[in-house]
Amino acid sequence: MKIHGLSSASRCLAAEGGVRGLSSSSGPRVCIVGGGPAGFYTAQQLLKDAAVDIYERLPVPFGLVRFGVAPDHPEVKNVINTFTQTAQHERCSFHGNVNVGKDVTIDELRQAYHAVVLSYGAEGNRSMGIPGEDLPGVFSAKDFVGWYNGLPSNKELHPDLSFETAVILGQGNVALDVARILLAPVEMLKETDITQNALEALAGSKVRRVLIVGRRGPLQIACTIKELREMVNLPNTRADMLPADFEGIAEALKDLPRPRKRLTELMMKAVKEGGDDKAEKCWGLRFFRSPVEVLAGADEKRAAGIRLALNKLEGSGESVRAEVTGQLEDVDCGLIISSIGYKSIPIDPAVPFDPRRAIVPNEMGRVQDTAGLYCSGWVKRGPTGVIATTMNDSFDTARVLIQDMEAGKLDLSVNKPGAQAITALLQTRGVRMVLFSQWEKINAEEEKRGKSLGKAREKLLDVDEMLCRAK
Amino acid sequence: MSACALRVFLQRAAVTRKAAHQTFSQTRAFPQCVTGSYTHSRGINTLTNSLRAEEKVTVHFLNRDGKRISVKALTGESLLDIVVNNDLDIDGFGACEGTLACSTCHLIFEEAVYKKLGRISDEEMDMLDLAYGLTDTSRLGCQVCLRKDLDGMILHVPDVISDARVDSEKESSTAPPKV
Repeated sequence: MKIHGLSSASRCLAAEGGVRGLSSSSGPRVCIVGGGPAGFYTAQQLLKDAAVDIYERLPVPFGLVRFGVAPDHPEVKNVINTFTQTAQHERCSFHGNVNVGKDVTIDELRQAYHAVVLSYGAEGNRSMGIPGEDLPGVFSAKDFVGWYNGLPSNKELHPDLSFETAVILGQGNVALDVARILLAPVEMLKETDITQNALEALAGSKVRRVLIVGRRGPLQIACTIKELREMVNLPNTRADMLPADFEGIAEALKDLPRPRKRLTELMMKAVKEGGDDKAEKCWGLRFFRSPVEVLAGADEKRAAGIRLALNKLEGSGESVRAEVTGQLEDVDCGLIISSIGYKSIPIDPAVPFDPRRAIVPNEMGRVQDTAGLYCSGWVKRGPTGVIATTMNDSFDTARVLIQDMEAGKLDLSVNKPGAQAITALLQTRGVRMVLFSQWEKINAEEEKRGKSLGKAREKLLDVDEMLCRAK
Repeated sequence: MSACALRVFLQRAAVTRKAAHQTFSQTRAFPQCVTGSYTHSRGINTLTNSLRAEEKVTVHFLNRDGKRISVKALTGESLLDIVVNNDLDIDGFGACEGTLACSTCHLIFEEAVYKKLGRISDEEMDMLDLAYGLTDTSRLGCQVCLRKDLDGMILHVPDVISDARVDSEKESSTAPPKV
């Protein structure tokens, strides 16, 4: 990122003797709730004109970059370098282990800062809403990914990988990540930052066949070509597709825009070539199928299969939708992973929330009816898009906020205490904050443990242990 | 060494360390630049460039705000290197640091120049497909290295989806797709 010369607002800041620790210093102070990509990218832009404090619930920063991006995609995590620079900026401070909504309220933050930006993402998941969904053996992709990526709240997931067939509902990149991690040779994972217990579980896994199921057809698949290519190239696996699912697709190719055309051609190639018959493992895409029930085994105690309804497509172009035909198909499987979307939840009763879209209602990042409150990232737009999408969105919100500062919509004439006041409040409530320099101690410990295991890092799985290491 | 170049060096070193941990991501094609792929020695080459025979070439970036930024750079450097080394004011450029894991270094070339460029790999095309405003003369800057015969070329920095008035539900099929 580029840190520009001082704007008039920050010249004011500098003239008043800087930001840190001086209760008499003025200058805009902004608070960001959420220390993931949205939070950091928003901070990056705001730092040109304001002092920025980031509050994050976990002791560790980086959100889905740490807990969502697959372990075998380390280059996607390079953004951590730019986030680290941002956190180390003299006008920025990171405060981990602070649960906004519980340890401190949004109103208290709004009193302490000139503006508050909500960047807390989507920690929930969409449920399938079908009978049997709560049976053992059924997981949300969010939890499964959290498990192999060391999210503390998923460390006790213990997915049973002793079944031959796994069915994943949803065909986005998260679904393909899960399929790839389930079928990848352990050699491919053992030097990554995947957690050791996930690595050991996968090493002993009996899963040999993964079906990735979507409601609509091949032309509507939501994943991108890079992830599909990784499946096609996966060692010791072959593709097991249904040619019937691809009827009429070859004819449609010529009219497709290049990205969709290349993706579809790659799928057609997988249908045609299949792969090495001697391969021990297989994966397949299944189209026109929606889950209607998770079937329990004879003992009624856990999932043993899934009932799928067969669809047909109505409409055309972008508005193609699936309609039921009445036909059903049962698939035996012992592991079911629902990958149909993350979902934001409300953080504080003082903040408006749209339960239908599961986002904070806003106009261009300005929270509806609430001056001085903004949002960026998934909580603003919904839980789709890659890191770069969130980056651009966060830059947008920051620009809107700066515009509002310059237009006098935020009262900058009032001094705001910022982190000083919040830190004092948190101390009286017994909350132990983790500063960025303390995260760096946790980071060093994780890298050290990783080194002894031949891995990029071994993540700490336990919040208490993180706090201990942060001392 | 300037602070900026130091940052680049450290970032490149970090990329290399991380790259060493990638076992099966050999599909990551680093550009075939004169000075080689991204390794520690390349970092050192950047530092000791006065001792080498690379030539200086001028390129012009036409930024999103309409401003033209002209820079002199060495043959062999990638266009991402040039943006980073010269600290050019292009928001969000090169998020993945040249590892073919994003499309933020998307640049649009003049047609005559585009035709002269090296072959595009499947891996580059896969990421380029996700770029907003993709054109027939688009490439990823991290995969294109400067040559003498590219002297004076004009590089158009495309807009990103940054107009917040665009309703996300109406995004086109060429826009960055789902997670």
